[in-house]
Amino acid sequence: MATVKIPPVLRPSVGGQSEVPIQGSTVGEVLEGLAGEHPQTRDQLFSSEGELNRYVNVYVNDEDVRVQDGLATGVRSGDTVVILPAMAGGL
Amino acid sequence: MPSGSQVIKDIRSQIEEVDPSDVYELQAQNGSAPDFVIVDVREQGEWEQGHIPGAVHVPRGHLESRIERAVPDKSQRVILYCATGQRSALAAQTMESLLDYDDVASMNGGFVLWKDRGYPFDKPRILTSEQKERYSRHLLVPEVGLEGQQKLLDAKVLLIGAGGLGSPAALYLAAAGVGTLGIVDDDEVDLSNLQRQVIHTQARIGEPKVDSAAQTIAALNPDVEVVPYRTRLSKENVLDLIADYDVIVDGADNFPTRYLLNDAAVRLRKPVVHASILGFDGQLTVFVPYEGPCYRCLYPQPPPADLAPSCGANGVLGVLPGIMGLLQANEAIKLIVGAGEPLVGRLLLFEALSTQFTTLRVRRDAEGCPVCGDGVDLEGTEFEDYEALCAAAG
Repeated sequence: MATVKIPPVLRPSVGGQSEVPIQGSTVGEVLEGLAGEHPQTRDQLFSSEGELNRYVNVYVNDEDVRVQDGLATGVRSGDTVVILPAMAGGL
Repeated sequence: MPSGSQVIKDIRSQIEEVDPSDVYELQAQNGSAPDFVIVDVREQGEWEQGHIPGAVHVPRGHLESRIERAVPDKSQRVILYCATGQRSALAAQTMESLLDYDDVASMNGGFVLWKDRGYPFDKPRILTSEQKERYSRHLLVPEVGLEGQQKLLDAKVLLIGAGGLGSPAALYLAAAGVGTLGIVDDDEVDLSNLQRQVIHTQARIGEPKVDSAAQTIAALNPDVEVVPYRTRLSKENVLDLIADYDVIVDGADNFPTRYLLNDAAVRLRKPVVHASILGFDGQLTVFVPYEGPCYRCLYPQPPPADLAPSCGANGVLGVLPGIMGLLQANEAIKLIVGAGEPLVGRLLLFEALSTQFTTLRVRRDAEGCPVCGDGVDLEGTEFEDYEALCAAAG
């Protein structure tokens, strides 16, 4: 079981939680699992072609999956997957 | 009983002595990252009259209590000097025989001979007695010290926004003695700002934020010159605004401004201390062009509007920008004095509700970044239409 950290903007789509435990052995499986449990997150995470949206960064163990193996990046039980869209607020 | 001069002579025969020319050549060969430390063991007043560039100051009277902070690695090569080479010889003997340092030498002839040979030296600007008292707690920490304080007084920091992030950052940068603080903001103080924008006051509601901030800073520290810019950052003014500044503190509240600032800062190679906030969550990083990633390496595309609510729409815990703004001030001060590890290539996430800090790695996208990528030449190019870029994301 991996822990998925949910950014503030996605929390309304997962019932307000900031962390969600999800099964999966790759980033793709974990995010697919999240979208399965919380369908509203699907369009926020994936493009219509099923690719990770470019404005969403995903990190496994503190490293961007884009410099690892993308959605095929391995996830072990106990790993933390961070979903991170850009935020602009300053005021 | 041997005489004092005999004792000094004996000690000088027991320790290694080097000539100023050896030290000068060693410095010239090693450049900015030397594998040795030069320590000035003279008194404060002598140090202030001038010292060897790059030397650290540990007066001989404080040697035993302070040298381990200045030179933590006891196997490192250390070269000591004083005015003529006597006190440094005694200090070298103390370091080797009592403090277990392996490789200590004393510079023969000291600073007097160094100057006579015409080698370069730094003459620190002297602080007034009031400044010495005001910044005394900085002067006591070796990572800042007199040199760091002078760098702060000479530094020019530009704050984008005098709001949630800019208010605490400006207050502490002013208190720290940053000599010039430029503030860019076109807004006026509103009652709803005062829950977090602590540089403003109830009495100044309706006044321009830049003027309100300038008044607070003037009352806090007269050493600081505030340059107010009552405007919004735009394609037309951004290069002129940032050109004169050493460090930019980004406390903007929207994506177009953040992308514009990034593209201009990369062009002029200005470091940007970046923070953003929403609700109970904050992000912080430092963009130093070409040394680490830029904002576009981290976020190549802005999110669509429904994933990018503003604090005005979604709310924010008042202390959150206080915490994040002070972390920005901390990074700015580190960049100015050259201490510690600035948050380059690392993105710090702060969650106020769970009180958790997470640090993620961020890399420069040398192959794909349209702004700081390898082979991208920004010279003479136009800035993008950032409003359109962000609208298109929706």
